[in-house]
Amino acid sequence: MNNVRFLLTGDTSLTVEFGNEINESINHDIRAYKIALEKAGIPGIVETVPTYRSLMVHYDPSVIRYGAFREKLEQLLGEMAAIEIPPSPMLEIPVLYGGEMGPDLPFVAEHAGMSEEEVVRIHSSAEYLIYMLGFTPGFTYLGGMSDKIAAPRLKQPRVKIPAGSVGIAGTQTGVYPIDSPGGWQLIGRTPVKMYDPDREVPILPEAGQYIKFFPVTQEEYDAILREVEAGTYSVKTHARKEG
Amino acid sequence: MSIRVIQPGVQTTVQDLGRFGYQQFGVPVAGAMDPRSMKLANLLLGNDPGEAALEITIMGPQLVFDETNYIALTGGDLGASLDGKPMPRYQAVKVQAGQTLRFLGLRNGCRAYLAFAGGLDIPPVMGSRSTYMKAKIGGFKGRKLEAGDELSFRDPKPDLLFPERRKLGADFVPQKQYDLRVILGPQDDHFTEEGLQTFFREVYTVSAEFDRMGIRLDGAVIEHKNGGDIISDGIAFGAVQVPTAGKPIIMAADRQTTGGYTKIATVISADFRILGQLRGGDKVHFVPVTVEHAQTSMMLEQNYYNMITDFLKRDRGL
Repeated sequence: MNNVRFLLTGDTSLTVEFGNEINESINHDIRAYKIALEKAGIPGIVETVPTYRSLMVHYDPSVIRYGAFREKLEQLLGEMAAIEIPPSPMLEIPVLYGGEMGPDLPFVAEHAGMSEEEVVRIHSSAEYLIYMLGFTPGFTYLGGMSDKIAAPRLKQPRVKIPAGSVGIAGTQTGVYPIDSPGGWQLIGRTPVKMYDPDREVPILPEAGQYIKFFPVTQEEYDAILREVEAGTYSVKTHARKEG
Repeated sequence: MSIRVIQPGVQTTVQDLGRFGYQQFGVPVAGAMDPRSMKLANLLLGNDPGEAALEITIMGPQLVFDETNYIALTGGDLGASLDGKPMPRYQAVKVQAGQTLRFLGLRNGCRAYLAFAGGLDIPPVMGSRSTYMKAKIGGFKGRKLEAGDELSFRDPKPDLLFPERRKLGADFVPQKQYDLRVILGPQDDHFTEEGLQTFFREVYTVSAEFDRMGIRLDGAVIEHKNGGDIISDGIAFGAVQVPTAGKPIIMAADRQTTGGYTKIATVISADFRILGQLRGGDKVHFVPVTVEHAQTSMMLEQNYYNMITDFLKRDRGL
């Protein structure tokens, strides 16, 4: 762990910076450090916030002061090599592509010079790393989309995009967790609620996990939606094979 | 029902100390803009300092009480009047069913906090009663109060021990210019030497854009080395964000959890009480301090809270 920097972010948090670019290896280090931190059980930690390049650690100075806290965080860097990192969970997210749910699929296909089916095949075959969440509750910043289906943002953003919409903007893809305005090209929609403030686990995805989309038919979409609304649907999750 | 909202005021929301533990999922913390005033209002009533209270902004509401309870009002002076008589601030006041609380107009500061003995009957969402309006989470139906809303006390106290002792001196004192103590970082190395000197030398003016998300300042442009864009990282309460245009924005309670602009410094916790009371036209000046200084100030503040709690529990006066 060379290049790791400790940045001051006020009197109740510290940011541990692992690099200054967006790549999987930095994200892996952040996840490893977060797991090591949780295992170390340092008293006074309030919460941690992983981002593309850093882990922000919030703490309570009435429990532990800055000097002692920083020393513990530095020590932990040296112990990271010995920490066993479990394989990342992969969330399987059902998507009804095209039609009313994905009004921009024809544009994305035309822009890519391929059929709609080919766009769907490419979009649903990749494994997307969740680098971080931010912007709105439950919004995931995903990496790993193929350049082949990249598409520019809408010239005129939509005023209201329904929660669950799956979109593409440049080489980014993602799911809108709540109804919001936005300029992404919409290619489909998931019946799964990525975010539900009243659920025991309000937000499904977590930084460091992976997402894979799988296409469903209208009938399957409707059936899953009924289960989601009854609170009986659980997203299929399995350990991702490394490499 | 215990409280009926006749007029809602400009922006009256339920807030506690914020929603912690969900920032990693993109959920902003929210919570009181001036946490000290909120804590003092609660302590006067024997509540937990983090009990949910009403945060009242600039123009206050008109409220009618349907149930007897003790209440306390702190923070900025918004001209509170109970049944036509000035309502004392920084003091536990018994309100009877049928009484009306009005706010006649802003005298100083920006936000008042109205706490209720035994708290409000509001279900916590993700561990907090704070309203985060943008995502419609928490507080009263996830929004600011509207005329016709009805709120309930959770555990009202028609009687409190030592009511005469429950009084503090006014804690917020308006000033011509506020010194805001800051800790340098996290992106201080993205600014030129000249930029850093500008930041600490100049006096900045709060612009017309100041809300629960951020306080935009006008004043001298702060010079970057290579612009104000960074790869997103986490944002703390009080972070002073400087986008490429060079004008600082102090990030407040409803800030997004992450952002892609350079942050030159962070206002210390002990000075959040000032942030919550700033409004358009106020002058601020940034003063650098160490983390150790900031944490000592926090502990002194904590000692003051403990002293109040102890004093109100003791069966004989000082």
